[in-house]
Formats: sequence, structure tokens, C-alpha cells
Amino acid sequence: MSEARPACSEGFTPKTVVFQPDRPLLTDGGGRIAPLAVAYETYGALNAARSNAILLCHALTGDQYAAGVNPVTGKTGWWEAMVGPGKPFDTNRYFLICSNVVGGCMGTTGPASINPTTGKPYGVDFPVVTIRDMVRAQAMLIDHLGVETLFCVAGGSMGGMQVLQWAASYPERVFSAMPIATAAKHSAQNIAFHEVGRQAVMADPDWRSGRYQEQGVRPEKGLAVARMSAHITYLSEAALQRKFGRKLQDRSAPTFSFDADFQVENYLRYQGLAFVERFDANSYLFVTRACDYFDLAADYGGSLAMAFKDTKTRFCVVSFTSDWLYPTSDSRAIVHALNAGGASVSFVEIESDKGHDAFLLHEPMFIATTRGFLDSAADARGLAPDGTSK
Amino acid sequence: MNVTSAANAPERPAQPLDQPRLDLAVIAEMVAPGARVLDVGCGDGALLKLLAQKKGVDGRGVELSQRGVNECVAKGLSVIQGDADTDLSDYPDDGFDYVILSQTLQATRRPRAALANMLRIGRRAIISFPNFGYWRVRAQLAFSGRMPVTGRLDYHWHDTPNIHLCTIRDFVEIVDELGAHIERGVAFDRAGAPIRFSAPWWVWNFFGEQAVFLLERGDRRR
Repeated sequence: MSEARPACSEGFTPKTVVFQPDRPLLTDGGGRIAPLAVAYETYGALNAARSNAILLCHALTGDQYAAGVNPVTGKTGWWEAMVGPGKPFDTNRYFLICSNVVGGCMGTTGPASINPTTGKPYGVDFPVVTIRDMVRAQAMLIDHLGVETLFCVAGGSMGGMQVLQWAASYPERVFSAMPIATAAKHSAQNIAFHEVGRQAVMADPDWRSGRYQEQGVRPEKGLAVARMSAHITYLSEAALQRKFGRKLQDRSAPTFSFDADFQVENYLRYQGLAFVERFDANSYLFVTRACDYFDLAADYGGSLAMAFKDTKTRFCVVSFTSDWLYPTSDSRAIVHALNAGGASVSFVEIESDKGHDAFLLHEPMFIATTRGFLDSAADARGLAPDGTSK
Repeated sequence: MNVTSAANAPERPAQPLDQPRLDLAVIAEMVAPGARVLDVGCGDGALLKLLAQKKGVDGRGVELSQRGVNECVAKGLSVIQGDADTDLSDYPDDGFDYVILSQTLQATRRPRAALANMLRIGRRAIISFPNFGYWRVRAQLAFSGRMPVTGRLDYHWHDTPNIHLCTIRDFVEIVDELGAHIERGVAFDRAGAPIRFSAPWWVWNFFGEQAVFLLERGDRRR
């Protein structure tokens, strides 16, 4: 293991651990990733008993900067509402770890990294990774950090899938788990939206069959379109209506053209452009594919309950009423399986009109739920409010 | 019909009545320390909290109302949103030591199925319910000719969630049908005092405003 430069980022150096070829990541698809760099960020301090570590799992296009300032975007971290001193994921009490997923583009090995066998970027030759592969890489990281048992694994959307996979793969290493706005399998509708995004990327002439890096171009238009369509799925009709309605942008009448007359068009174009600044197109292909392949029950003979059989982990499942990408019925399926497995499980459906993105926003009931769940789990774990072990 | 096994009911609940609802204190007294408990229709989690504090139980809850569930989880209780009529079938056999249904039986669509599920999920079940055989209830219907509205049944006929009301006598009969045993039973009068345990069952049925029963699964499960 050694410290290394980030794979595809420019001008910043994340905390990174590199696992050398003697410790390859063998993927579900039969691939081998070595060396493997895992970029991560930590918040708070690990206590002497090493019992207060929480792993935060980021969503599809998130990264390791859950809180504080993201050095690439200059914006606050994706879970700023939840992570910090006095917040539910209290940095005074817990040691928070957040890593960039394998296949990502913020310092963890992904398609933009150099393929050691060719000396060129992997591109689409990168092994197709799964949620379980992402979790394997995270497990290697927490081993490296000296954490045997995680006090909690938490995350939303694709992060929630990782939470479920953690609880299934390493039940003895997960004291509590919060799968949020997620599903135990990607639905046909979810796969369909992802396919639209991938096709948009691949239809861009600058994609160059995934070899755009070597040719000095980037399929920005395709990736921006992918982001625009995905972004719609993260919102709700009510939120879009409230925010934009049919309001026009900087004009009083339609131009009868294909300019961005409507504010919502302008908003989506901005979202698309901002996204290509920070994300790699090939990474988008790989992380969406990882979600699509996710079907936890399939790994346990088709029974989701078997994935959680005899688990000691305490679960808190959360869904949001207006989330149509990962609707409450998906969370209920998880809860039923946990019940059948005899797990300790709480389930809350938070009333919100903010859609799938609600878990990233300031939702008071969600914050209260998370705080209540973590506080009681911390009591059960013997964690004092200052993070020391009682 | 046999209610003599109810004779070992305590004269007074062993725990101080520091809870607003009498039946909760009585239920808590019936649960063995450290047991695994499923509270169906757990409301804001008052009973689960009481059981955790006084008996050290490993408690779980099911609650229909979102508000109740949210309050419970914020208190650190393991509670899921669910419906006693539909969601109990998801629970495996013998998952719990006790399954509790407090003041909810009369609001279920299929009370018999709910009871059967409870006795499947847990070897023991505790049920509290308002007694429709209570003399004031009978008197209101008999003399005013109108649907009774009392302290325990404080809804009008058109807006009540209580769709399957029963009397203590009816309840004892369905327990018998399900092949379960009544391990203990307590009926309370309007003042919250338990009916004398030596009283015959019809006295319970007539003077009890509400009842709490501890059932044990029998061998004659149907």
C-alpha cells in the first residue's frame, strides 16, 4: 500500500490508499483490478475502542466529500444537512468514513485510471463492477483504517444498496444500518432510465467508443443529456411545479424557437453543464451499470429474507412519499424480508414532496428519525456523547 | 366457557400506575423480564418504552399511523409502519415471546385472523379491549335506543374506527375456538379497579369496562 496521485482529478489530492497487485480486487464479473486506489475522506475521530466508526455510502454521482467543502466543486458536501458537530451523524461522537466507489472518478480506481497492462486509461475495458464489488473495496479500506466493526453503515439511493449489501455480506461487521430511499433490486423502470443516460453518452461523437481520453476530447453533450434526464427522476412533479411551473426565463413571451424559454429548461441545462465539470462519462456508464445489476435476493436463492437471516444488525429503513424512483413499496419489500429474518427493524416513510432527492435535503422528520435511531443504537453500543466507549 | 384460569389475576397491578392508560401497566406486569415482544398497534410507543424501562424487553412495534411510527423511531424504538390485518402474515412463526394488541382488536377487519396470527408469531398473546358487555354500554343501547358512547368507546357510530366490538364473553369464546388457553385475565370497572377475582364470569362481563387477557397458544391450534 502506498499513497498515490488521484486517477482522474486535477489539482487536488484526496486521501488515498493503494492496494498493490498482491491484493487485487476480484470482481463479480470475473475481472481483476490491481492496483486498486481507494480515495476517501474522514470526519471526527476514531475512539480508543474503535467502536464509533460510521461508513457513509454515496449515491450514484456522489463522492467522498459528504461534509465540509468539496475541493473540486467548491460546494458543500452532499450530506451537509446530516453530517457535522451536533448533527445526526455527529462528528463529535462518531468517526465518519466516506470513500469514492470503485468505478468512480474522484481518486478511486475507475475507467479513467491507467490500465497497468496497456499503460493507457482503462476506458470501457475497465471491469464491469457491481454494488458488491464496491462494498468489497470499502471493506478493504476499513481494514486498512483498523476498523473491525462499523457502528453504522448509512446511505441513500445507490448508497442504500451498498448498505444492504454490507449487512448481507458482513453481518458481523455492521452494528446498525440505514438504507435510505433505496431498493433491494433495481426495477425495470430504473434500468430503463439508466439506459437512456448511457445511450446519450455513447451517442455523443466525442465518446469515441470510450477512448475519448486518449484522443483529448470529452463527450460532454451526451453526459449532460444523461444528467438532465436523470435529474428529472430525482425530483417530484410537485417540487418541479412549485419551483418552476411554466415560468419563462428572462423573457415575457415565448420565442417560438428551441431556446430555453422555460425556467425548467434553463435549470436542467445548468445541471447538465455543472455535472460534466465534475464527472467522467465512462464512470457514469459503470456506476449506472452497477446499480442495474443489483438484485440482492438473487444472490440468496431468490429470497431476500435469506440475505438477512439471523442478522444481529439493527436496521432503520427510510423512504419518502414523493420518491417515484425508489418508491416506498421498494422499502417495504426490504422491511418484510428483515421481519421474516427476525431482524430489529424500524421503518419510516417520511412525508415530503421533494422526491428522491429528499434524503439530501433539510427534512426535519428525516433528521429526527436519523437522530433517534443513531442515539438509541449508540446507547446499545455503549457510546458516550463524546464518542468514548462507556 | 372457562374463565377460572383467570382467577390468578392480581388484585392490583404490581407496577405503580404512572401511566395514563391503565391497561398498559397491567400488560407490562404480565410480560416476563427480558422477553421478545411485538406490540401491534403500538401508537406512540408508550408501552414499548415502559416495557424496555421496567422489564428490559427486546421490543418491536407495528403501527398504522405515520405520526405514531415517526414518534417511536425518534424515541429509538424499533417500529415499522404496518397494518395488523395485512402485515402480521409477514412475520415468521415463534418470532416473539409475546405479541401484544392493546385497544386495537376492535379496529381490525378480521379479528379472528389477527388473533390466530398473534398466537402463531408468539407463544403468548396479550390483548386488551373495551368490553361491549359493560352495563353502561348495555344500558345506553337498551334505554336510550342509541349506539353507546362511553369513556372507552368515545366515538359516534358514524366516525368510529371500532368496527368489531365484542364482549368479554365473546372474547373468551373465540379464544376457546382458537384452541388457546387464558393464562390470566383482568377486567376493570369504570374507576379502574379490578373486578373481584372470585366473581363469576357474568359479573366480569357486566361490570368490566375493559379487559386484559394473557393467552397461551394451545395444542389444539386450528
